[in-house]
This record gives sequence, C-alpha cells and structure tokens, in this order.
Amino acid sequence: MAWETVIGLEIHVQLNTKSKIFSGASTEFGAEPNTQACAVDLGLPGVLPVVNAEVYPKAVAFGLGVGASISKISAFDRKNYFYPDLPKGYQITQMDKPIVLGGSVDIPLADGTLKQVNITRAHLEEDAGKSLHEEFQQSTGIDLNRAGTPLLEIVSEPDMRSAKEAVAYAKYIHQLVTYLGVSDGNMAEGSLRCDANVSIRPSGTTEMGTRTETKNVNSFRFLERAINFEVQRQQQVLESGGRIVQETRLFDPDRDETRPMRSKETAMDYRYFPEPDLLPVKIDEAFIAEVKNSMPELPREKAARFANQYQLTQADAQVLAADPDLANYFEDTVQHCHDAKTTGNWVRVELLARLNRDDIHITDLALSAEQFGILLSRISDKTISGKIAKDILDALWQGEAQSVDEYIEKNDLKQVSDSGSLAPLIEKIIADNPKQAEQYRQGKTKLLGFFVGQVMKETAGKANPQQVNELVRTKLS
Amino acid sequence: MKITDTVVKNIADLTQLTFDKRELASFSTSMSEILELVEQMQQVDTTGVEPMSNPLDATQRLREDVVTEENQRETYQGIAPETEDGIYLVPKVIE
Amino acid sequence: MTMHERSIVQQLDDLHSGKYSAVELTRHYLDRIQRHEALNCYITVLEEKALAGANAADSARAEGQNHLLGGIPIAHKDIFCTEGIKTSAGSKMLDSFIAPYDATVVAKLAAAGVVTLGKTNMDEFAMGSSNETSFYGPVRNPWDTTRVPGGSSGGSAAAVAAGLCSAATGTDTGGSIRQPSAHCGITGLKPTYGRISRWGMIAFASSLDQAGPMARTAEDAALLLQVMSGSDSLDSTSLDEPVPDYRADLTRSLEGLRIGLCEDFFATGLEADSEQVIQEAITVFEQLGAKISRVALPHIAQSIPAYYVIAPAEASANLSRFDGIRFGYRCENPSNLEDLYSRSRSEGFGEEVKRRIMIGAFTLSTGYYDAYYRKAQQIRRLIKIDFQTAFEQVDILLGPTSPQPAFKQGEKTDDQVAMYLQDIYTIAGNLAGLPAMSIPAGFSSKLPVGVQLIGNYMQEGRILNAAHQFQQQTDWHLRSPGAVGAGD
Repeated sequence: MAWETVIGLEIHVQLNTKSKIFSGASTEFGAEPNTQACAVDLGLPGVLPVVNAEVYPKAVAFGLGVGASISKISAFDRKNYFYPDLPKGYQITQMDKPIVLGGSVDIPLADGTLKQVNITRAHLEEDAGKSLHEEFQQSTGIDLNRAGTPLLEIVSEPDMRSAKEAVAYAKYIHQLVTYLGVSDGNMAEGSLRCDANVSIRPSGTTEMGTRTETKNVNSFRFLERAINFEVQRQQQVLESGGRIVQETRLFDPDRDETRPMRSKETAMDYRYFPEPDLLPVKIDEAFIAEVKNSMPELPREKAARFANQYQLTQADAQVLAADPDLANYFEDTVQHCHDAKTTGNWVRVELLARLNRDDIHITDLALSAEQFGILLSRISDKTISGKIAKDILDALWQGEAQSVDEYIEKNDLKQVSDSGSLAPLIEKIIADNPKQAEQYRQGKTKLLGFFVGQVMKETAGKANPQQVNELVRTKLS
Repeated sequence: MKITDTVVKNIADLTQLTFDKRELASFSTSMSEILELVEQMQQVDTTGVEPMSNPLDATQRLREDVVTEENQRETYQGIAPETEDGIYLVPKVIE
Repeated sequence: MTMHERSIVQQLDDLHSGKYSAVELTRHYLDRIQRHEALNCYITVLEEKALAGANAADSARAEGQNHLLGGIPIAHKDIFCTEGIKTSAGSKMLDSFIAPYDATVVAKLAAAGVVTLGKTNMDEFAMGSSNETSFYGPVRNPWDTTRVPGGSSGGSAAAVAAGLCSAATGTDTGGSIRQPSAHCGITGLKPTYGRISRWGMIAFASSLDQAGPMARTAEDAALLLQVMSGSDSLDSTSLDEPVPDYRADLTRSLEGLRIGLCEDFFATGLEADSEQVIQEAITVFEQLGAKISRVALPHIAQSIPAYYVIAPAEASANLSRFDGIRFGYRCENPSNLEDLYSRSRSEGFGEEVKRRIMIGAFTLSTGYYDAYYRKAQQIRRLIKIDFQTAFEQVDILLGPTSPQPAFKQGEKTDDQVAMYLQDIYTIAGNLAGLPAMSIPAGFSSKLPVGVQLIGNYMQEGRILNAAHQFQQQTDWHLRSPGAVGAGD
C-alpha cells in the first residue's frame, strides 16, 4: 500500500536576550551548573516573575517576518506538570493569547520549487532546566541554568509531506530567526529544537492518522533520521495490522531510532489557566510599526529586489536571498565585480558547492568578497577564462593565493587573445589532424570543439576560448 | 457534584499527593461538600461577561533586558535537601 | 499606662523623650512573649537579633537619626521571607526553610528602623480561618484562650492584642487580616491589591493576596501602611502609583461622608449581638456627621463560591514548587522520583492545604474549567462591577467583619463549609481588590466584635480617616484582654 506522510513541527527558538524572560539572571551559554539560576528561576518561595521587555520586539519581528497577525493583547498562562527540571511545577507559557497568530513561509525545495508551509501560531514561554541522566550512578542531576531562558515556540500546520520537506522548513525557520536577529541560531547550544508530529495515511485519503510526537530533536540531520525512522515504524505497525499509539517519543541518535518516553508526565492534563502573577501586555500599532521599521529586509523582499536590481533569475535570486549572510556576500562581491549576473551565478554554483563540500558557513569563509569580486571581474574583462578562474578560486580556497592579480601575474595565467601568436598554433594543429579537418569541412561542424580543445590544451587554458573559436572557424573554412 | 474516590485518586496523581483508603473517603466527602457550595455560582447568568483574572485592569510593567543577578549557588544550595558538585539530585529518572 | 498599651505613635514620643529606650521596650515585649508562650503566637522569637536591632535603634536615635519607626518592635507573619531566618508559612514543608532573602515588606520596615521580635504563627500557607491548621499548633485567643483568634494571620492578631509586639504584619487573601483583627479586637487593614509588593511573601492565591498592617489603632496602621506601600520592580503587579501621606488625612472631619450599608451583609447568618454592635457603630458615624444609605451588591452572595474556585486553583499551582528538590521538606529514602514527589508533598502538607490543592486542580481539569474556573472569573467581574456601581453613590461601605465573634477551638474543624462561611463578609473585597479594614466596635459575650470599612480603589486614606475618627469617639480599641493581664 502507498502511504502519505503528514508532518507538523513545533520549533523552539531561543531568543537572544541577555537576561532571562522572567528574571535578571544571565542566559549566557556554558556556565557552571546552577550558577545562572537565580531565586526566580529556582522557583523559591515568595519570588515573582517580571517580564523581560526585549522578548516582545523579537516575537513581533518573527510574526511580521512570516506575515502573521500580532495579538493586540498578549497574556501568559500556567501549564501545570511535575518534572524535576521544571522548578515551579508549572511552565509560564501562552495558551489563550499567543503573541503571533497565523502566517506562512515559502520553502525552497531541492527541485527548485517553492513550498508554502502555514504557521498556526508562535508563543512566548520559558525554557525548563536540564536533566543529567548519565553523570551520577544512583541519581539524576538537575542543572537549572537554562530554566527561564526565553523561547518562541513556533507551531506549524501539518503541511509537510516528507522528512526532507520538514528539514527544509526547519532550516528556513533557522535562517529566518537568525537573519531577523531574534536568535543566535546556535544549534549546538540548543538555540533551536524541534518536536516532530508525524503520522501517515493511505495515499489519496484525507483523514489524519494517529500521530506521535518525537521531542527535542536538536539537529537537522537527526530530524530527518527521526522522521524517516518514525514513518517506517508506523508503516510496519499499520501493515502488520497494528495500531499507532498516540504518544511522546524520543530520538536516540546512537541507535538511530525513536522510542516512547518512559518518564513523561504521568498525566497529560496540564490545567492551563491565566498566570495571576503577570498582567496582560498590550501591543499597539505604533509598537508594531516601530519593530517593522527596524527590521532587516525579509528574504521574500530581498529576492524580489535581487531579481529586479541585478536582473537575476527568480530561482537564483531566491537562493541568494534565503541566507542573509550569503546575500550580503553576494552584494559585497558585486561591489567589486559589476557583472551581477556572473556574480550571482558563481556564488550560487561555484561558491555554494565548495561551502557545502567543506561544510563551512559563508561567515567563516577566509576568501574576502573583494578578492572574489576581483577574480570574477577578470573573467568579465577577459583577462582570464572561466576555467582558469575556477583554478584560481581553488588556489584562493586552499590559501595558496592571496591576491588574484598577483597570482595571475606570477603564474602567467592571462589568457592569450593575441591572434598573432594563436594563428600559427592553430595552423599547426589543423596540419597535425588532417582527417578531422577534412570531416569538418564536409559538414561535421561538431568537430570545432575538438580543435578548440586542442588549442586550449596547448595553451594550458590561457587562450581566450571565444577568440580561439573564431580563429579555428576561419582557418578551417 | 459528587466526587468519587476514583476522581480523588486521579486528581491526587495530577498533584503528586497520595492518600490512603480512609483519606480517600474523607476527601471525596469534603470535596463533594465544597463543590456543592461552589455550584451556587450556576444560579447566576454570566452570558457575555468577560472573565476577570486580576482585580487591576492595568497592563504589565516590563523589565529592561539587563543581567542583574549574580551567582548565588552556594546560598541557594545551602537550603537544598541533596546536591553534588553544584547539581541538584533526585532519584534516577529513566527516560 | 504600661509600655505595651501605648500606641506606636505614643511609643515613638516616649522613645524620643527618653522615657524608655528601644532596648527596654524590646525587652519588655520579649518578657511578655515568654510569659504568654501558651498563646502560641510566635513560631520563631528572635531575641538576640531583636536586642541588637533595638541597640542599633537607640544609637541611631542618639545620633539624631529619625527613622519613621525607629526602635518600634514588631512581628512578621511567618509567610514573609526573612533573610537568614526560618520562614515556615506554618507548614512542616518549610520547617527547615531559611529564607535567602527578605520580602520587600520586611526590607522596607527594616529600613524604617523597626525591631523584629519574631515570626508569628499562622494557618498553614494562610489556608484557614481559625489558626488551627498550623503545623506549630493553634494560636489561642487572648480574650478567651479556649477560642480561636481567627485566621490566617491569627498569630499576628493575637500578639498585637496580647501586647506581645507593637504591631505586626499580616496577609489577607480572603479576610486573613480583617477576620482575626475582629476576633482579637485590633485594627487591621488590607490595602488595594497591588498597593504593597508581594515579593518575598509566600504565595497562596496570587491575584488575591495582599499584605497589610495589624495594629492597635488606625493611626498606627496608617503609619505602617506608609512604610509598607509602594511600587516594586520585583513585583510587576504592584501599583505604579505614588504613596500619599496617609496620616495627613486622619484628622479630616467626617461631615458629609457617605457611608453605604450593604443589605446582604445584614441579611442572614449575622449573630444578633454582633449586629447590635454594628448598629451602634453606625450611630457613632452618624454622630460624626456621616450620611448613611443603603446600597445593593447583588452578586455578593456569590463571592464565597467564586472564591473557593479561584483561590484553590491559584494555590494548586503556587504550591507545586514544594516538591522536595531545591528546598524544604524531603521524605526519607525515596525509592524513585514519583515516590519523592508524592511522599514529600503528602507528608509535608497538612490536610487543609491538600484539600485546597485538590479542589483547585479539579476545577482546572479538563472538562471542568469552564463550569468552575471561568464561571468564577466571570462572577468576579460582576462583583467588581457591583462595587463600582456602589461607589458611585457612597464613599465607603460599612458592614460586619465576621458573622459572629471568635468561636471555640475545634468547633468547626470537621466542617469545612462552616469554616469557609466565616469569610462571607471579607472575601468580596479580595475578589474586587479593594482596600478594607476591620476596627474594634464593641463586644458580644465579652468577645470583641469588628466593624468592616471598605473603600474604593486606592482610598486607604479615606477608610483610615473614618476609622481614626471613630477611634477618637470610642475606646473599644483601647480595651485589653483580661486573659493576659493588662496591667503588667
């Protein structure tokens, strides 16, 4: 039987504030356990939460970034359950009046198409602490440094149909929140964590299957593996006549599998009610406008501008605009190579391929936009050929070259555009290959490439390919 | 509303309380009586009345995003039942 | 007149004129506390700290520093966190809890120069109307030691009445300042919700809890309120409003003051002798120039049902932090996490606290939220509207504080509903968040009876003014309980 996969994600994004959402304790990563857990974070008797003002512009910026509506009144609720890393026995979150409602994003898929994923809501809440299960023999340890860290939980509609789409969506959200400056996006430090709601149903049907929720997946790679495992598991269960149990599961990267959480809250009745220690917050139009004005250009806006300003294809523009750092690098490069089309093409193809290959992010790239721009302008001004440019790019990449112009000079890489020196070489090659010359003259014009190739080989790629083309054609006619 | 022992048991699970048989019976009786008192509310028609969570019709004052707290782990863990190396301990939890 | 029969205002004069020192005054109270230990007013007595504080107050005064309450010995309800001092909330759960910080109220009073004698007994987590739910045993009413002092601030009320401190702090969630004040014959004020910071005050029901002064006179209460009030950056529900000079208004004439009587307050359940006392108080106010009229508060009868949903619901969450992990009681040898939680909580909490947690969790649970919690919040709004309408016609409301005077120990411990009905006149003030106070107005069978004054939002000055003027005409507030020997 053919199955269709249905995935919705809940993404917890850590907002990059200096202090916690309800206390003045630091949110800095990596401190000694419990040294950044103050009385409020610990839920000691008599303490009270006071909301960090900074979470509002950040949450609103995200909302505007996905075209959502912003609640005029935003209030907190208590979600009640017992767990050792939840000090108060309740989490302060937003149930009834989330700050962000609705919205959608367009995800670039591998096949070059865009997929719209709708957002249900995004709400503010506090993070829990960390349980340490491995460190002690008889005990579980509790580190509450993370307790009270501000989170924006972004809940999607069940719009994704494969693990790949889910990962593309998660990556997009990651990029967006980083770009908007609402999160540092550092996944190794837990700044973005996903809960995946996965179900399957017979292809062609519309009724939702029973879903499972795989919690706390903290890398894109794990997300893909967790969903794929879960889809296969559910298929096996259903195909062998079983039923899916609605449950919370954990992904175990070591075993590459998900399994039910044994220690989850005994009961799931969270008894939400309005947090009486905090009053509602009014978010007015002026505030929203202020946030909007201070927001960077959104990917959608940027892609449109790129296509228009630089005459790029829609596809190129979207890829370049999706990652704000890549987009900046592109625009910096254009400052030095005024041929935006070539620049766009090279950033998208050559640069991205190398970045992916070496698994480095554009911000960590040693090659400056200036040198890259100079390199590309040497193609445009016909100093070098594209092929030579690729070699130089590799040399720059490896650190073997620092200055493009010096490197060209030193290695004598200027392309030969001088017909006086090319003509004798071409004549010699024609003479050395009489059979091919004859066939060409009889109409097998595809052989032009053969002659051009020979010339390029003899000149070690330095000959101007266009000029060689013309000269060969003339000599053979 | 009559509260049965089963309901008492369920709510006790939610609130992490345990009761023996005698307590279950006494709680189901007293909770039933209290809920009977509470149910007088149903005599009032509250259609269209906006629920009120707080007596103040004010909005929230916010805190500036600055770090004001220093490390006080030693003080705070001085009142904790069980800690080791700065970490709170509970019986082993199996996830 | 002996030192402990003097009001704070008089004691400040005495200290200033050198009649006695703060150390002498403090010692006097410490002696009395020891002598009347059987009243069980205090959970913790801070003898050394108090004497050191008194010494410092005397030195400060000698150096010419004039703190508003310099050298005045007071007691804190054991619900306020006091740094380095046990803060139990009357519970076994916190029997070993040494608070790592001061409540804002404690810090403000300390800055004003008070001497802290100790921490007073209370119903466990402020849940009770008789002080019989305390882990530390019941407090006895100094007017009749076989009777309850009221609750939950029963230790504070009894200590003030018995002359075991100049004044005390209390908290009021459903009447916990006013009802024991009435039963012990003292003056107690619950301010507007948010007037006093809740930081460091162990929460019972966050949207109802409010701290306030418990004193011998309205003038003393005004002085204490002056110090305790104000906006606090640590409590975002504290009111961001300036604190007026509460004493400045005390001497204002009551000529033309419009006093409203709520008919429902006099309908059923009010003991005849207590009603007589209230009627006589009304006559006094009339003689002072006040105009009396009747007002309707149509939803007032619903305040108890609504309260017994809202308060337990908030409490059920507020008390989840007591889990035996970071502080407080932990059961012995827990076999696993569930065992740690459920035994620590079941052994650490007393029965009434557990009952309220259970009721609260039930009313919030799936399927019941709308019928109970949401409904209660709607009724809460109707009650607020009732008061707003009433305050368009009158300046203050007057009524009884309690249906009858102090009852016998053990009389209502097995009947929760009867116990809950003790707060029938006080709860509405908490639901609406209004300032309200109880002042001594007479006796019923030799037991004190209180009259309750309720003001509009932020009108503490107005009810204090009325109370003070009443106390200028009457001497009920000056009577001392026989059981504790007024003369020594």
